[in-house]
Amino acid sequence: MTDRVILISGARKGIGRALAEYYLAQNWHVIGCSRQASDLEHACYRHIELDVNDEAAVKAMLTSIRKTEKRLDALINNAGIASMNAALLTPVSSLRRVLETNVIGTFLFCREAARLMQKNHFGRIVNFTTVAVPLNLEGEAAYAASKAAVESLTRTLARELAAHGITVNAVGPTPVQTDLLRGVPTEKLEDLLARQAIQRMGEVRDVINVIDFFLRPESDYITGQVLYLGGIS
Amino acid sequence: MNQNDVLAAVVEAVAEYNEQLEDEKKLELSPETRLLGKSSKLESFGLVNLIILVEEKLYEKFERSITLADERAMSQERSPFRSIESLAEYAFILLNESA
Repeated sequence: MTDRVILISGARKGIGRALAEYYLAQNWHVIGCSRQASDLEHACYRHIELDVNDEAAVKAMLTSIRKTEKRLDALINNAGIASMNAALLTPVSSLRRVLETNVIGTFLFCREAARLMQKNHFGRIVNFTTVAVPLNLEGEAAYAASKAAVESLTRTLARELAAHGITVNAVGPTPVQTDLLRGVPTEKLEDLLARQAIQRMGEVRDVINVIDFFLRPESDYITGQVLYLGGIS
Repeated sequence: MNQNDVLAAVVEAVAEYNEQLEDEKKLELSPETRLLGKSSKLESFGLVNLIILVEEKLYEKFERSITLADERAMSQERSPFRSIESLAEYAFILLNESA
């Protein structure tokens, strides 16, 4: 078993799957989780099926990491859902679903992971936000509100966990071609790209680059930061 | 599991907590030891760490996951965190409720 252990939520597909494969290639021991089973097979990969907002399941997962891997160095809170709709047409059930996965899920993972990380007085937590927050994108009220909450959590937890040697930062990708963009009209994407300083679609490597930076041991003086891609600020 | 078993588990958690501390900050392993207030050696940061250790210890011993710092605990007139004994009493109630 390798020394460093990383937990990645939403690891079955999209950016999460790419992150799992990348950190396996970098010799990390990777624990991935998602609602469904994963077909990723690797000697250093373990997959756990759960809902990220299920408190008992998340607690049980961290208990199992404490017993099996015995440590946790990094957490990537990648799991997230979006909801594209005009605010005037958005049912509360959609808003609630988005908040439960994006806000409650992120909070729960941070809380339980930090409890294990603080034992070694070291930890790196990376949350996921979106450029929809600073851009106040129309049609993304529920999604952007949930990610604004994630940014606030990132800054507050950074202060609460600093004394434990744990940093908490967030990466805010521009659109990356994954399932999350399914159903977003092409003209909407083009409008969004036009508002970026660097006008291209984001790629997984752009996200990995930021996460790598936050995870580096040398980044121990960087916490509570939100880093947007594509020149959005 | 009776109240004394829970008290013993809490004391064990306090002993583990003490291992991280310098001698003058160590808590006495007695039921009367204060955890809150002026006469306590514990700072708020220390109390958070201690509660985490107690929850883990109770899970390890009794295989029940409880949340000690819940809204009920925070809203009580007499805080369950005032001493080792009161913390153990409160934990005993929560453990029984979660059975």
